[in-house]
Amino acid sequence: MKKITLRPKDKEYMFLDADNVTPDNFAGKTLDEVRAIEIYEGNRTYALGDYFEVSGETDPDPNEIGILIDGSVPKVKYIGMKMSAGKLLVKGSVGMYVGGWMTGGRIRVNGDAEAYAGIGMEGGELLIEGNAGDYLGATYRGDWRGMKGGKIVVNGNAGSDIGESMVGGEIVVKGNADLQAGIHMGWVSKKKDNPTIVIEGDAESRVGAQMTKGEITVLGKISYWLPGFIYQKDDQIDYDGKQYAVKVYQGDRGEGGKGTLYYAGA
Amino acid sequence: MSEILVKNGYVYDPKNGVNGDVMDIAIRDDKIVDVVSPTAKVIDASGKVVMAGGIDIHAHVAGPKVNVGRNMRPEDKLFNTSKRTKMTRSGGGFSVPSVFETGYVYSRMGYTQVNEAAMPPLLARHTHEEMADTPLIDQSAYTLLGNNWLVMEYIKRGEQDKLNAFVAWMLKATKGYCIKLVNPGGSEAWGWGMNCINVSDPVPYFDVMPSEIISGLAAANETLNLPTSIHVHPNNLGHPGNFQTTLDTIKLLEGVLPRDGKKRDQVINFAHMQFHSYGGNTWKDFETEAQTIADSINKNKNMTVDVGFVTLDETTTMTADGPMEYYLHNTNHLKWANADIELETAAGVVPYIYSPKISVCGIQWAIGLELALLIDDPMQAFITTDHPNAGPFRRYPRIISWLMSNQARLDRLETLHKVVPDRVAIGGISRVLDFYDIAKMTRAGPARALGLGNMKGHLGVGADADVAIFDYNPKTMDPTIDPAGIEKAFTNTAYTIKGGEIVVIDGEVVSKGHKRTIWVDATDGVVDPVILHDIDKKFLRYYSVTMNNYPVQDEYVANGLIVKPEAA
Repeated sequence: MKKITLRPKDKEYMFLDADNVTPDNFAGKTLDEVRAIEIYEGNRTYALGDYFEVSGETDPDPNEIGILIDGSVPKVKYIGMKMSAGKLLVKGSVGMYVGGWMTGGRIRVNGDAEAYAGIGMEGGELLIEGNAGDYLGATYRGDWRGMKGGKIVVNGNAGSDIGESMVGGEIVVKGNADLQAGIHMGWVSKKKDNPTIVIEGDAESRVGAQMTKGEITVLGKISYWLPGFIYQKDDQIDYDGKQYAVKVYQGDRGEGGKGTLYYAGA
Repeated sequence: MSEILVKNGYVYDPKNGVNGDVMDIAIRDDKIVDVVSPTAKVIDASGKVVMAGGIDIHAHVAGPKVNVGRNMRPEDKLFNTSKRTKMTRSGGGFSVPSVFETGYVYSRMGYTQVNEAAMPPLLARHTHEEMADTPLIDQSAYTLLGNNWLVMEYIKRGEQDKLNAFVAWMLKATKGYCIKLVNPGGSEAWGWGMNCINVSDPVPYFDVMPSEIISGLAAANETLNLPTSIHVHPNNLGHPGNFQTTLDTIKLLEGVLPRDGKKRDQVINFAHMQFHSYGGNTWKDFETEAQTIADSINKNKNMTVDVGFVTLDETTTMTADGPMEYYLHNTNHLKWANADIELETAAGVVPYIYSPKISVCGIQWAIGLELALLIDDPMQAFITTDHPNAGPFRRYPRIISWLMSNQARLDRLETLHKVVPDRVAIGGISRVLDFYDIAKMTRAGPARALGLGNMKGHLGVGADADVAIFDYNPKTMDPTIDPAGIEKAFTNTAYTIKGGEIVVIDGEVVSKGHKRTIWVDATDGVVDPVILHDIDKKFLRYYSVTMNNYPVQDEYVANGLIVKPEAA
């Protein structure tokens, strides 16, 4: 695997749109061509090299490219958008839409991610070691087809509306999640799809609002329950090598939903 | 004075009987002329197809419901945006593009006139504002009158003279081009949560039947001698077995001739006939009835249709047929917008995915093509997708490639749901259309149906200098085996000339154009104080605006071109 490093220059900007920063786009390019890749601030177009020092080497095959962003870039958006292969590591925090619509490859963020991380994701892996913002693994505004596949893991906490309109794939939050995790989940899932969310910590209110399919597991407390979830039975589940006693609920009955909620926090 | 000479192209001009002859087309200012001086700018069109500018007789490209579609579908433009260039503005949207994008894409396809098919009168000003911002193409808008309270009251009371006067006043007030009926009576019934499924279903409260509304407005249309006929979106759109309603609608005007047969042949243009040619009783036994409908149109030379081809894309449906959109929302459960326009109409918007994997969508795709191929005279059947209802207008080149190649149709048919071949007839129709037929369906035909046959849709002396030049050599290339080549050539013209000005070169927009808005003023000697008093009373009692604030002021109409019918 060839490593290419982008070190943020000490330069002021409002926000940058970096949807071209993917292994797919770097593949087969020389370092100078990578420096010339377009990056946007508002409606103005700049070169990647204007904002980042680029070093290392590239490869014709995106699978063989590892991009290292050597620093915190919380105001750089769309990093890794639509990437299909290779690796991307951010040594710090990232802005909104990291890994949006990605179809393969792996992204690892050492710090926090802003809202819309993994939006519309179809495959691959996204690991956020810090906290994630709202709409993690959700859908684009207006669209009814959310995250379709792949896996998102957040070691810290996550914001509201995670997994909104999720069709398939898996989201794991090791900390707590805010309001309405899994809202509209499974609504347009096919038979083979089984969207899954695991929250190891506490979940705020309205978990699984209007979900119709899929599974949500909450190991901590849910502060406010929706009335559309109906108690089914007590059960034991095996998660991460440990056994948990859970209550199993089905919902959201407000939508005639057949989603499953495993709750270990009772 | 500017002059252009288009040299040595293969010209297809049905009105003047030119079928692929190598000819020069001379242009001076905004008209086609006999000869130009030697200093004229020369465009070498040798080895290329030359046609008049395309005319879209039915598309939803401007106005309130199009804007609702844009607002409610941000995902439609998520990955479909184009950047600003020196000549063009930025824009976006696949099925409901922004106004600028609309103008650019049409021009690149060689279209020079696009008619907005449904303008709610109360919101006509908005429609004109959007049209003013749609560059490059000439436009007109059809005024919705099929569910208007005054129209229904006059028809119920048998006051045909007052109806004529009201129609003339409305066309002028809205700066509209023709009388458009959408689900006549049915959209008003929707206000009561009901619908008019058949032409004999009475409208609640008003107690008139859709058949009376259609006949009454058709009579007003001919009495006023309007340039085009009534345009009708019949009742019962998009339901299995609805071909019977369509046949009943056709019967209403059988044998009726236009008052001025020199300008046009038809007394009714059926909108998006594909949606009205359905057999079966439910979606389970849904099948084509295109043959039945086509036979009927072949017999009735006083009728035309625009087809409304299903293109098998994800799109946004929008129509002034409120109950139909509610039905559609209950079918696919996607987001739904509904709007009631006071005394006039009721519209709805729902996204829709015509999936090739779903049997119904495949059958709809076949019905559109069958209609176009089974109607003998291409001057009676026009290419539209009822944009964006059956598909986005940017798919016209693909439709043309299907019409010109049986192989392309069979290849597509093979990829559809397995029951489709048994429910449709497309597999057995080997007819392929040629460039002459395509020129009729997209140029000469729509121009004549709109009553603009002398000005538009042909390349004879005196016509508007609207010319499309396609990079396709009909002598060395064969459209029947080359659908991809046809699609490519018709997507981006080599040149589009609009009003004597080159607006597109090799698919690049090179001009900001001089668009015109065409509307009809038929009020001379028709509108009298009695009718104005009637209208004023309605405004005082029911409308949210007064009569003085209602008419669209002249300054809202971009480069207005007024068509006045000869005195009634």
